[in-house]
Amino acid sequence: MSGDRRAFGEGELGGTESSLEACTIRQGERAPDRYRVVGPDGEYDPDAVPDLTTDELRDLYGWMVVQQVVDERMVKLQRRGEMGTYASGRGQEASIVGCAAPLSGEDWLFPYGREAAAMLHHGMSMRDLLLYWRGVEDANRFPDANVFPIAIAIGTHVPIGVGHAWGMLRDDADAVTAMMMGDGHPSTGEVQAGMNMAGVLGVPAVFYCQNNGYSISQPFANQTAANSVAQKALAWGLDGVRVDGNDVLAVYDAVRTARERALDGTPVLVEGVTYRLDAHTTNDDPGRYRPAAEAERWEAREPLSRFEAFLKAEGHWAEIDAEARREAAHERFDEAKAAADAYETGGVEELFEYVYDDLPPDLRRQAEEFAAFLAERPDAYDHIEERPKG
Amino acid sequence: MSGPDDAPGVGGTGGEERDDAATDGDGTSTRRTLVEAVNDALRCEMAADDRVMVYGEDVAEQGGVFRATEGLQDRFGEERVRDTPLSEIAIVGTAVGLAVYGYRPVAEIQFSGFVPPAFNQLVQNASRIRWRTRGEHSAPMVVRAPYGGGVRALEHHSESLEAAYAHVPGLQVVVPATPRDAKGLLAAAIRDPDPVLFLEPKRYYRGVREAVPDGAYAEPLGEARVRREGRDVTLISWGASLHPTLAAAENLADEGIDAEVVDLRTVSPFDRETVVESVKGTGRAAVVHEAPRTGGFAAELIATLNEEALYYLEAPVERVTGFDTPIPMLAREDFYLPNPPRVEETVKRVLEA
Repeated sequence: MSGDRRAFGEGELGGTESSLEACTIRQGERAPDRYRVVGPDGEYDPDAVPDLTTDELRDLYGWMVVQQVVDERMVKLQRRGEMGTYASGRGQEASIVGCAAPLSGEDWLFPYGREAAAMLHHGMSMRDLLLYWRGVEDANRFPDANVFPIAIAIGTHVPIGVGHAWGMLRDDADAVTAMMMGDGHPSTGEVQAGMNMAGVLGVPAVFYCQNNGYSISQPFANQTAANSVAQKALAWGLDGVRVDGNDVLAVYDAVRTARERALDGTPVLVEGVTYRLDAHTTNDDPGRYRPAAEAERWEAREPLSRFEAFLKAEGHWAEIDAEARREAAHERFDEAKAAADAYETGGVEELFEYVYDDLPPDLRRQAEEFAAFLAERPDAYDHIEERPKG
Repeated sequence: MSGPDDAPGVGGTGGEERDDAATDGDGTSTRRTLVEAVNDALRCEMAADDRVMVYGEDVAEQGGVFRATEGLQDRFGEERVRDTPLSEIAIVGTAVGLAVYGYRPVAEIQFSGFVPPAFNQLVQNASRIRWRTRGEHSAPMVVRAPYGGGVRALEHHSESLEAAYAHVPGLQVVVPATPRDAKGLLAAAIRDPDPVLFLEPKRYYRGVREAVPDGAYAEPLGEARVRREGRDVTLISWGASLHPTLAAAENLADEGIDAEVVDLRTVSPFDRETVVESVKGTGRAAVVHEAPRTGGFAAELIATLNEEALYYLEAPVERVTGFDTPIPMLAREDFYLPNPPRVEETVKRVLEA
């Protein structure tokens, strides 16, 4: 056995106490505090504002607008039968943009699905965003973007992301793997196993949990008896940070700092407390499980108006030119929509490609037999519709 | 995006496969047990490719509970050979991430009974990341696990779920039966551009020795091998069950019955041609596996014979399998495992039909 292995008992024992109470680790009376720079009404302490240039502030605002516009347009397209099921991030724009903006181009983003603007910010094409939600796998290529496909299978991306960060560690890369998740994810074995492993390995990983209050219909209190997601970090040997997830400056600062810490060998779990203002997906009706008054309260804490108040107070609002940002986002969406409409999806042979590097003989035969059948019976196409259900 | 210096295509096409998918070794050979052959394969592939990493529970300091990874950490260092927390999900999930990044992870699951926690990662990601991303990513990784019964292990250590894994598109399932194949197929699995679940017949880890080529030696995946030629009946088996099947064939030869034995070696994707051609030649067949009967891989083989060799058959194809029960604990596990008398009786039925 290698000589540098620490004997059990050198670090694990801690002190002793004759009081059982003193040796009991208990849930706090209330949830841990949230780091906040700008309050819901735009109030802030000028000394606590992270150092950002006007361009950076404009970018943060602009990307939040992109998220808003994408959500609005995607939901409309879905209603018109031109889009599959879509998961909107409305209400979470500060978390979505604030966690992506501090990443370097070399970092990898492992998104969970609700954060279009984060993926776009990290290099995904908007056309591919539309194609993905139209059910075309080609959109998962992310050419030239360090973005991994979204985690529809909840939590499964976390062990992979940790392995990816392990590769970065071994490779001595000056980069992190940033994994995004919702508040349901930490209930999965995948996330718990992955974060535990991240702590043991000391990989450059940042976890950002958007605690938006609900996993479909289930409130956070039904997800865990813990007061917060952030506190779970302690059990896995990570740093945990809790932020106001509707305050883009707080999120940005927390993730930027977490990234540095992760590069130094301590992975960090950041919990942004936010609220999902839209339905879980376009197939969901939140009226069945949450009171309207609650959503209205959170509507008033909505992140863009808060950031706007801050930008006005700082005298940046005119330079931000919000209207231009919004118009640009709509134009970009129009172009992406046109490109997605024009995209030619491959034929049936695409089904069989890429299962293996090399098509095994029997799979080749399945492909050939099916193609021959379709040629023989073109009326089978009457039963094949490559678009969302209208 | 960056990766190890010698890992071309890292983060892009998922790494370049080596062009030596099958190699013959360096001309010499050493008589080894199956577990020694596994160790030798790992040693050779790690020496040949810096991207190969070995990790799992108790594999580094201790060398694995069966000593399959003994000495690897001393030889290749702590960066490349590592002990992990007790978490199959994390072991297999991180393998996907390392493979996507550009490394070649060879992860050990300590016993096949503990693969199921990692099934989610095998199904959702390892097997499907190439397909999901249209070839942008891939998962060239190996998950090794000792499988099957017969070593008097504790509960939950002895399962044979190869058919369940074979049902997952994109996941290759390889089950060697002999030391030579254990080395050759494991080396090929490590070099393969796609994920492989490599199930090692732990009952035969130490009992049998044979000459195993030294150096870089690999056998192609996806090819069955005729272990014994015969005219009267084809017996198809793999892994641990191959041994009682071969023993039965020898016993049957004493009675004048000439059985051909096909060792499937790769369960998925399996070598239809060798199986079908053998049965076309003999006109009779039985499949022998240790796994439970219903939905076992014998069913797939028999369906294939139904599609491709029905008019050559002179009798229904039978199967000798475990029962549709969990594999028993040590006191009764031998009742469960196929043995030569069971194989022989089945063959006689097939010949009499």
